[in-house]
Amino acid sequence: MSWILAHRYLVLRRLSQAGILLLFWLGAHMHLGWLTGNLSSSRVFRTVPLSDPYAALQVLASGHLISSTVLIGAAVVVLFYWFVGGRSFCSWVCPVNPVADLGRVIKRRFHPHGQLAVAREARYGFMLLGLVLSAVLGVAAFEWISPVSMLHREIIFGAGLGLLVIPWILALDVLVLRHGWCGSLCPLGAFYALIGRASLLRPAFAAERCDHCGDCVRVCPEPQVLHFDRIAAAGFVGGGECTNCARCIEVCPQEVFSFNVRPIRAGDEPATTEI
Amino acid sequence: MSDSGFSRREFLAGAFRGRNLALAGTGGAVWAQLVEGQRGPILRRRPPGARAEPEFLATCTKCGQCVEACPYDTLELATAGQESLGTPSFEPRKIPCHMCPDVPCVAACPSGSLVPDTAIEDARMGLAVLSDQETCLAFQGLRCEVCYRACPLIGQAIQLEFRPQERTGKHAFFLPVVNSNACTGCGMCEHSCVLEEAAIKVLPRDLAQGKLGSNYRFGWEEEPTISRDFGPSDAVQPEAWQDNTSKVLDALDELEETTTP
Amino acid sequence: MEQTRRSFLKTAVAASAATSMGMLVPAEAQAKAKALEAGWKWDKSVCRFCGVGCGIMMATKKGRVVAVKGDPESPVNRGINCIKGYFNAKIMYGEDRLTRPLLRKKDGKYDKQGKFTPVSWEEAFDVMAAKFKEAYEESGPSSVSIFGSGQYTIDEGYAAAKFMKAGVRSNNLDPNARHCMASAVAGFIQTFGIDEPPGCYDDIEVTDAVVSWGANMAECHPILWSRVTDRKLTHKKTKVINLTTFGNRSGDLADLEIVFKPQTDLAIMNFIAKHMIEKDAVNHDFVKKHCIFATGPTDIGYGLPADHPREQGQTMRNKAGAHWAISFEEFKQKLEPYTVEYVSELSGVPKEELLELADLYADPERKVVSFWTMGFNQHSRGTWVNEQIYMIHLLAGKISTPGAGAFSLTGQPSACGTAREVGTFAHRLPSDMVVFNPGHRAKSEKLWKLPAGTLNPKVGTHAVAMMRALRAGTVRFFWAMVTNPFQDFANASEWIRAAREGDNFIVVSDCYPTVSAKVADLILPTAMIYEKWGAYGNAERRTQHWRQQVKAPGEAEGDLWQILEFAKRFKLKEVWGEQPIPGLKADGFEDGKLPDVLAGAKAMGYDPEQTLYEVLFATDEMKKVAWPDPIAEGHPNDMAEHFGFFVHKALWEEYRQFGLGNGHDLADFDTYHRVRGLRWPVVNGRETQWRFKEGYDPYVKPGEGFNFYGKALKKIPQGSLKGEKIDLAGKAKIFFRPYAEPAESPDAEYDLWLCTGRVLEHWHSGSMTKRVEELNRAVPYAVCFMHAEDAKERGVARNEEVILESRRGKVKVRVETQGRNRPPRGLVFVPWFDENVLINKLTLDATCPISKETDYKKCAARVRKI
Repeated sequence: MSWILAHRYLVLRRLSQAGILLLFWLGAHMHLGWLTGNLSSSRVFRTVPLSDPYAALQVLASGHLISSTVLIGAAVVVLFYWFVGGRSFCSWVCPVNPVADLGRVIKRRFHPHGQLAVAREARYGFMLLGLVLSAVLGVAAFEWISPVSMLHREIIFGAGLGLLVIPWILALDVLVLRHGWCGSLCPLGAFYALIGRASLLRPAFAAERCDHCGDCVRVCPEPQVLHFDRIAAAGFVGGGECTNCARCIEVCPQEVFSFNVRPIRAGDEPATTEI
Repeated sequence: MSDSGFSRREFLAGAFRGRNLALAGTGGAVWAQLVEGQRGPILRRRPPGARAEPEFLATCTKCGQCVEACPYDTLELATAGQESLGTPSFEPRKIPCHMCPDVPCVAACPSGSLVPDTAIEDARMGLAVLSDQETCLAFQGLRCEVCYRACPLIGQAIQLEFRPQERTGKHAFFLPVVNSNACTGCGMCEHSCVLEEAAIKVLPRDLAQGKLGSNYRFGWEEEPTISRDFGPSDAVQPEAWQDNTSKVLDALDELEETTTP
Repeated sequence: MEQTRRSFLKTAVAASAATSMGMLVPAEAQAKAKALEAGWKWDKSVCRFCGVGCGIMMATKKGRVVAVKGDPESPVNRGINCIKGYFNAKIMYGEDRLTRPLLRKKDGKYDKQGKFTPVSWEEAFDVMAAKFKEAYEESGPSSVSIFGSGQYTIDEGYAAAKFMKAGVRSNNLDPNARHCMASAVAGFIQTFGIDEPPGCYDDIEVTDAVVSWGANMAECHPILWSRVTDRKLTHKKTKVINLTTFGNRSGDLADLEIVFKPQTDLAIMNFIAKHMIEKDAVNHDFVKKHCIFATGPTDIGYGLPADHPREQGQTMRNKAGAHWAISFEEFKQKLEPYTVEYVSELSGVPKEELLELADLYADPERKVVSFWTMGFNQHSRGTWVNEQIYMIHLLAGKISTPGAGAFSLTGQPSACGTAREVGTFAHRLPSDMVVFNPGHRAKSEKLWKLPAGTLNPKVGTHAVAMMRALRAGTVRFFWAMVTNPFQDFANASEWIRAAREGDNFIVVSDCYPTVSAKVADLILPTAMIYEKWGAYGNAERRTQHWRQQVKAPGEAEGDLWQILEFAKRFKLKEVWGEQPIPGLKADGFEDGKLPDVLAGAKAMGYDPEQTLYEVLFATDEMKKVAWPDPIAEGHPNDMAEHFGFFVHKALWEEYRQFGLGNGHDLADFDTYHRVRGLRWPVVNGRETQWRFKEGYDPYVKPGEGFNFYGKALKKIPQGSLKGEKIDLAGKAKIFFRPYAEPAESPDAEYDLWLCTGRVLEHWHSGSMTKRVEELNRAVPYAVCFMHAEDAKERGVARNEEVILESRRGKVKVRVETQGRNRPPRGLVFVPWFDENVLINKLTLDATCPISKETDYKKCAARVRKI
């Protein structure tokens, strides 16, 4: 029980991830109409459309018009994540997240060496590259290789070869990339990070109680967002790259973190740290 | 940029550093290769109302809502290892399209990749081709024509042609003939074919269909009318005419050898 | 006109040479195919399915049928098949083949509410005989019944008839052919005095017109339709007209498709006759020499139970077949109302179409063949419409001659050969004889070596009556063989309930678990066609025999084996003593009783302790027919091995004695194994293509031209039923029959006509073809064909599941508005092969009062949106 309390957000996140998958699965196989489609495009209660805004951008970049349904769906999603934090998608919805988390657990135990350190910022480059390639190839380039949608599709529409995404990501995260797929490559994560730069929901930071033990930094998948000076000044964990995973809230013995709504301020910049 | 240790300018400058450019270049090349590798030959039978393949591939969000909407579980999303990953298509031999009058798959499509309000008779999911006459039982003189009777547009998309069967001297051939103007590619024919391998198959239209040369029209399709409004404006040099003397001379040169006595 | 065998072989060789030159099959592929076929043994056989009777060749290897091909030497199909025929090799290998007797048991004992439990044949027969005797001893021969089939082999049907009629002295044996051919039989007997078509398939190759009435030949007689198509293609004069109540695939070929309102065929034919008389297209010479005119009562009811509202005031419902001679003038006058205006209005057929049709029959320069099947036969006036088509052909003199004839097609492979010729009907004995004729009984008793008075003169329960008796509790033992009655009978729920809830015992012999098997108390696993020796007789009187090809799986045994083994359980003293027959009234019989014939039996040398098996089936004479026999050519014969003599041959040789010299002559057993079937009468080794016609029929003497020599019903009263009887020997009757309303028509409550029938891909109730994966995939379920506007009006779309219901029951079924069948507004068509769309829960058990054949083509139904 106490473990659950200590990991309440982790449990909630897993429930959220699994619940969303389950609703999609029920939509596909049991004709339950709560959520139909998948993360690329879907409908809530068979009416409200949702669409992946980055995918929509890619279609536009490929030189094709997108339907009003997709446009509206993308707008709904952008608005939603502008409020709850763009990368909340990453830690509360994305099916790759548990895989990446597992990767980090393995890494913490075995401390593999000699990994390639690709800059966390590279993902922004890949995000742009996705749009450029879409324009060049005439198709939504990331959608054609996205492990995120591949895994999601495979789980919902029948488990085929696409499930191989799991060992691939694990191998990549554990053996190859220091910051893993999510931490340095994923263009979708990058896109949501951009959306989430000014988002309202964030862990608030009570600097006065902090004893600098560093537990939060050790547990954070994007530790650069926990730069003490900046979060102390802002009173909030800032920047788009925070995934609102709330691990910091859970681990802090001083309880310096708590979710809160951040006041909208001009000039709030993404928090990035040196690599 | 306040207190960030890494400014936007620095980031952009960094992005164009040699190492990063190389990374982007390599990544982009691999990425493009992964995309192109999936294109492959277009052998997929698309859902009703699908736009032309390039447009379809570009606009389909692979959301699977068409798959979910299909009451017969006809549609499937291409899985890893198949070309055009994640896009919907069907295999008529497994489950054909039942041609629902309300076309729920089209109605479910959010992206317009399946053209909204497509009437099912106008769908062109592919084209049935009686590809092997040597195994087709009807062409061997048996009374099969299962494909014909399974066709939801019987008499339009598949018609029967009767021919005397000289081998027996008293029976006839009942030959199924597909009309590409009416065939929706639903695949009922391929599905119903009683052979171990279907002799009639639905192929993607791009692969199966011919095209009449623009230089010919069928004389019987319209009344042979003579235009009465021909005038001086029509009797001009064709727009694209260019001096072609060099081609004439080349052609004459090529005749050099054959005209040597 | 019949191509000789030699010339055919020549063309066949030439054709195969041509194909082998033209076709480039790689040597490797050829070698592979040869290797695959190593060890295959081929033998000739017959297709299991419809009444066309195509010949097939069958390959076996290691006890399994591995392939079939059309028999190129068969004159019917010359090497081709339809898609059911193509799968003959697969019908026996469904994974749920019945291989052990299954008895409903509870606590180790038979219990009607028990669960099916595998039992030995011994136990199965013990319980079966006990239940049979329980009913028999309490209520006599009328309380037991066998429901047989037009798919019985000839010997099976013959043995069933002999067991029931001669053995247990019950006439409660009726075949499913009652639902199929009975109206045709009644039509033939009433018109010609003898059963079965005068002409043959060869008519097709020389005719100028084919008119199909209520027969979707394109699907239901595929190979014959192929011949019709060839005639149309190669003989430009040929016209094809398709008369039907809904557009169907036969319309593809037709010059004219006439869609008429159900039941109005009666009026259309009267219009044709009237038109012919008005145009003076009557062949007066022919009519004067060979025909007389006749008519009968009109208030004959609809074969429904006596208390049904439809039956009130129908005073002649029990004498529906009675008729009397009338004059030509009277005949003409009776046709007066059937003007083109009236008939067009009634039938919904445009006048021009009616006139085109009538002119075709009237044209003296045109030979016409009319074909029909269930549209005529399954008709509450089925006998009448059969008679009416003869009326037209007889008036025109277009009958019994090459290219001109009225041809009743059969649905089942041996409706003719078994059900009709053998006499498995409740009123019949072999060779067109009937139980109520003392002379016929005497002849049968002589041939069967029975003491006089053994045979029961009272007509037994016909099919529908059998089910009603089951419901009433007067029939308590019911044995269904080679048929699926609880799916097939109209108003099916009623009989399923009667079977499951009544005090009775239901036995079903079948090869697969059918609806009927599920309803049964005892299921007997049964060998299928190629697992036994047998013979079928097709629609053109062609008798075709085959040898056993493979052994039946597990403990499955043939129907003949079952009958013979069951007969072992009865001693003469149990059945040949005095027996009550309620309602029996016949000359020479005490009312309500069959006499004790045991004394007579003793005088003939029988012992009352002898079993029916010994007396009927294993007589000294029969046991002389030895097995092995060279005619087997090495093929097995499980029956002969088991019983110790060549049972099939012995039965055949006895059976054919009935027909010799009687217009039904059949050849000897061995001959049939050397030829591709022969059309009876076979006299001096020659078959007969056209009966009643000089030069073709050996029974017609030179100078007669025609002789309609059938003997039945040839003494009829003149002027009225009470008139003086006249003798019409050698003549055919031209009946006047009026239009009569259907038994049930659509109304405000049930607003659609429901018509049922077949599809090419499936046979009957689907028990075999649904187990062929390919056929099941081709047509996986039955749909409700309906007009798009009718569907729209009810707010239902194509493919939508709806409730289709009548006053008797309902089914869930998908709507099809654009498939192979195109009903007009107000009519729906549902095929009956699908046990999951048990359409006979809806149909009405009204019958033709004369033939007792059910009208499956018309009842009122409605479609309800779910």
